[in-house]
Amino acid sequence: MSTSRRDFARMMGLAAVAGVLPQQGFAAKKQTGDFYEVPNYGNARLLHMTDCHGQLSPVYFREPSINLGVGPAFGKAPHIVGHKFLQHFGVEPGSMEEYAFTYLNFEDAAQQYGKVGGFAHLKTLVDRLRESYGANNTVLLDGGDTWQGSGINYKTRGMDMVRACNLLGVDYMTGHWEFTYHQEEVLSNIAAFKGEFLAQNILVTEDALFDGADEYIYDEDSMRVFKPYVIREMGGARVAIIGQAFPRTKIANPARFIPDWSFDINDDLLQELVDDLRANQGVDAVVVLSHNGMDVDIAMANRVSGVDAILGGHTHDGVPAPTRVKKNGHTTLVCNVGSNGKFLGVLDLDIGKGKVNGFQYRLLPVFSDLLPADKQMADLVAAERAPYAAWMDEELAVADEVLYRRGNFNGTFDQVICDALRDHYDAQISLSPGFRWGTSVMKGQTVTMERVLDQTCTTYPETYIREMTGANIKLILEDVADNIFNPEPYLQSGGDMVRLGGMDYRCDPLAAMGSRIDEMRLDNGELIEASKIYKVAGWATVGSRSEGPDIWDVTADYLRQAQEVRINKLNTPKLINVAGNDGYKA
Amino acid sequence: MISRRSVLKAVFTGGAVAGLGVLMPSIALAAWNKAAFETDNQDTAMGALFDGAPSASAEVNLKAPDIAENGAVVPVTISSSMAGVKTIAVFVEGNPNPLAAQFAIPAGTKAEVSCRIRMGKTSAVTAVVETASGLFSASKEVKVTIGGCGG
Repeated sequence: MSTSRRDFARMMGLAAVAGVLPQQGFAAKKQTGDFYEVPNYGNARLLHMTDCHGQLSPVYFREPSINLGVGPAFGKAPHIVGHKFLQHFGVEPGSMEEYAFTYLNFEDAAQQYGKVGGFAHLKTLVDRLRESYGANNTVLLDGGDTWQGSGINYKTRGMDMVRACNLLGVDYMTGHWEFTYHQEEVLSNIAAFKGEFLAQNILVTEDALFDGADEYIYDEDSMRVFKPYVIREMGGARVAIIGQAFPRTKIANPARFIPDWSFDINDDLLQELVDDLRANQGVDAVVVLSHNGMDVDIAMANRVSGVDAILGGHTHDGVPAPTRVKKNGHTTLVCNVGSNGKFLGVLDLDIGKGKVNGFQYRLLPVFSDLLPADKQMADLVAAERAPYAAWMDEELAVADEVLYRRGNFNGTFDQVICDALRDHYDAQISLSPGFRWGTSVMKGQTVTMERVLDQTCTTYPETYIREMTGANIKLILEDVADNIFNPEPYLQSGGDMVRLGGMDYRCDPLAAMGSRIDEMRLDNGELIEASKIYKVAGWATVGSRSEGPDIWDVTADYLRQAQEVRINKLNTPKLINVAGNDGYKA
Repeated sequence: MISRRSVLKAVFTGGAVAGLGVLMPSIALAAWNKAAFETDNQDTAMGALFDGAPSASAEVNLKAPDIAENGAVVPVTISSSMAGVKTIAVFVEGNPNPLAAQFAIPAGTKAEVSCRIRMGKTSAVTAVVETASGLFSASKEVKVTIGGCGG
């Protein structure tokens, strides 16, 4: 039984007055009277959101219990989960922050503290932080993965989010899943966006330039498709904000939607930009709005000089304190602010002549019950949702346990998708991508079509059935594992391990490429043989379009028949060499 | 200032632009070395092209992506400021035929070539620059992945 919003807010207020709220972690540094009281510091405030994945309304979202760090990331943020996370960041056990940042006590805490995120609640928080600091000295940055992730996004081709971000007041954004719409749609959506879209690392291909792309790209000589940076006057300082889109977009997602653009990290071009901004443009601080993923951001901070802060996303890590990377006496702060509208980062900078003197950082969880909904935004969200409500509100089945996705390996919602695929195609094995978006459903709740769409809504949802040899299956698993566990961050692509139905395996994340996976067995215990052929079902093919029905319809059919979501067997690998890894819950 | 598009147009329509030999394969064809291009072994290919083995050199600049966006067309650029560059060759060790291309650099031409190579799997890419005084190389591993599953 959930406490009503009004009761909860009253309870929080009373508790604060009575001083009974535990003083916890970074929250203890502010007064307990108001959870969202952030003292003003310095002369420039950067508000940072990322990876909301189209979640306009409040949701539940369970953080991972497995987020392994390898190589330089071993045992370091963001690869710390559960109790280790609480210790590392000084978060009080049992607190609201524990609920926001970790998977611990998720079911009980969700009942107590309710949903997170939602643009109407976020709007209230953003407005308050802007007003208290001074609107002229505050900017709102969006790291991307904004236009994709919900059924409404899919139907409006991301335009619902453009309208919502315009009302929210996003000043600058960069992107990743934005590029899963056709390039013409990307350009028309950006034209409707009232802020500016920034990306220093997306170049036009030479073929496209020859075919006339010079008509629309930002700059022909640099070949940049989009504006790379802006300089904004804030609190008497000149602050450069550079966009860094997801560098592996054409590898991780279908290249066919954006044939004319090429992506990479391009840190050499970034260094040239930073040097020019510092030497010739009188810039006092340099901030990169990045969609690299946190490990790549840390690696990039070690390679590129002169950046003061990297406000990052992609890997969906809610990290309460920035990682500080020191290089040649200069410190770069690396931040990551989670996903699904759950968090808002607040970075206040004290900027002097040509340098940053100090900072204050808060990562604020957006508790929907604590922040009253902004009326105008609530109306907009309702209007965006209304045309698709009948589709999304269909009740499919009741959850027998918490359904979630996030984690390096299989989540319970993924198992449902994998089971649905096997059932539909009568397949021995099923594969489902290791996306990091997708909301959670609490035990006993009804799984609606909207929740299925949260987990599946891409612009390439078609399913397939095909025959694969055991050797091919191993090749796929090894390849995906290397994209997550390669010790060199620049060779990772983000995302989690591909999810499997009908088979299990053993995984050594620390082994070399090609040797991480073995002991592949079907559910009946039979060893998978390299030369034998297996029937494999899957979805979200990046190479070419598959022919089968959309994954949400396959999953919905399965749930309608099941009525109750019961997972008979969670296919998850046996892990070796993970003892002592802070990103692993034993 | 001439625009990039105009340059490209000039090249595609047959105009001569120094340093873009890759777009004029006839130059390379003149030096076609069947044994070097058809072997499945990189050392054999180098032996068929050169007298002796190259030594790694910081004077050879090899630009290639860490991860290929598309293994079928991986962009590589090789340049060198060394004097007297005669040829530039590109090898992909993991390919069925490791020698991907060799460019003849006419005297007085800027030693910079760009081309797109096909790669079947993750492999070292090696550029060898042949000058009047010897053989010099640079290598880089380029990852080719099946992709998908991005966050």
